Amino acid sequence: MKVFAFCLVFVTGVMLVMTAQDFPAWGDAHSAPNQYLSTYYIQHTYRDTAVPNIVTAVLADYRGFDTMFETSVIFCAGLGIAAILSFGPRNPKRRKRLGLPPSAEGDLIIQTTTRLLIPVTQLFALYVIAHGHHSPGGGFQGGVILAASFILLSLAYDLNMALSRLSDRLALLWGNGGLLIYAGIGLICVALGAHFLEYSALHAILPATDSVMARSHAMLGVEIGVGFTVMSMLFSIYTQLVSLGSLEDGL
Amino acid sequence: MTDLMEFVVSRFNYWIYVVLMMIGLYAMISKRNYVKKLIGMTIFQTSIILFYVSIGVKSNATIPIVDHHDVVHSEILVDHYANPLPHVLMLTAIVVGVATLGVGLAVIEKIYRQHGTIEEPELLADVDQT
Amino acid sequence: MIWQFDLYILVLLVVTAIVSLRVRDLLSAAMVSGVYSLLMCLLWAEMGAVDVAFTEAAVGAGLSTVFMIATILRTTRRTTD
Repeated sequence: MKVFAFCLVFVTGVMLVMTAQDFPAWGDAHSAPNQYLSTYYIQHTYRDTAVPNIVTAVLADYRGFDTMFETSVIFCAGLGIAAILSFGPRNPKRRKRLGLPPSAEGDLIIQTTTRLLIPVTQLFALYVIAHGHHSPGGGFQGGVILAASFILLSLAYDLNMALSRLSDRLALLWGNGGLLIYAGIGLICVALGAHFLEYSALHAILPATDSVMARSHAMLGVEIGVGFTVMSMLFSIYTQLVSLGSLEDGL
Repeated sequence: MTDLMEFVVSRFNYWIYVVLMMIGLYAMISKRNYVKKLIGMTIFQTSIILFYVSIGVKSNATIPIVDHHDVVHSEILVDHYANPLPHVLMLTAIVVGVATLGVGLAVIEKIYRQHGTIEEPELLADVDQT
Repeated sequence: MIWQFDLYILVLLVVTAIVSLRVRDLLSAAMVSGVYSLLMCLLWAEMGAVDVAFTEAAVGAGLSTVFMIATILRTTRRTTD
């Protein structure tokens, strides 16, 4: 099996290396992928949306539909993991539980450091979400950092401590809420007579904006929704994985 | 000699991506441990993401955040900014990738709870027995 | 983008990928795959893809390593290959 796998992989690799000759040279500014669509984004993004970070603008505005369903993929993954681990028959005879030390006491130094660190982490995450228009960042990164702060709490204390701050039910609600914020902004655009997720129509209801700034503000709302969903779903995945779906004892 | 050097410099990236991708593929096919298989899948995935990102690289270009000064005082030069499109596509791919990795790990835990092993031959023997 | 720097990180990437697959302790394998993700993040930052590098630093080097360690804790860390 190993020899067969090696031969297969080797032949595939040689063929791929041979096709690599047809690719444009590395760093070629005039290669085909750098020519058509991306030049439009680079030249028009700032004029269209007043957002300097092109990546955020394309993510939340031009390709908003794509991002909405990527977010729902994460939501579905969280639900799927809860479904896989929580239900189904258990086989108690074969179940070799790993003997965790009885609810670890917790180290004073680690706990104090964590208590000081978590507010800073969460503040940074909020900054990353809110400032994603002007610097690297956005809903995905900020949501992941928020989830990491809850996981850090769970590692330094125990799972129940983290779950008392963000319970499983609440995490599901946040995840739902994030997606609803995203889809809701799209539906408001429809109600105002524009297409789904066509943010420029929102200037009719946002005070003191024109159709360019409306896109920038709507992007912030969308990023907040993405941040909620990513945070709650990744934390939910962690709690399910670490407690074998029981949400009782874990790290 | 300099021609050869130039050729290698402009192509060696793609060769190493292929090597990384093949390491991941080999691990997915031949490793017997499921966690190792998932690590192989992660390597395969990141090598493809790396390929996409490197398509957008332009020499002497900066990060894709528009300089305010450029907008007000002069024209935006396309060659001056890296191609943002692959970055957008791959950013979401990474986050979705960790969610699917979570699903894979949940399946592994479920297998361990039911069969007491995460090695493929032992699992097959256990399935045959029952 | 400096191709010498690029080559150096790419070689390290191949080495960490092989090590994470060959090591017989799953906990070490998870840690080395975290190192792999961090090197990948460096490479992307060097290519100018700052948003992607940021995501990879938070997701690949942080969360996916934690997920793997959680699974290993709940299953077993010994393996034969």
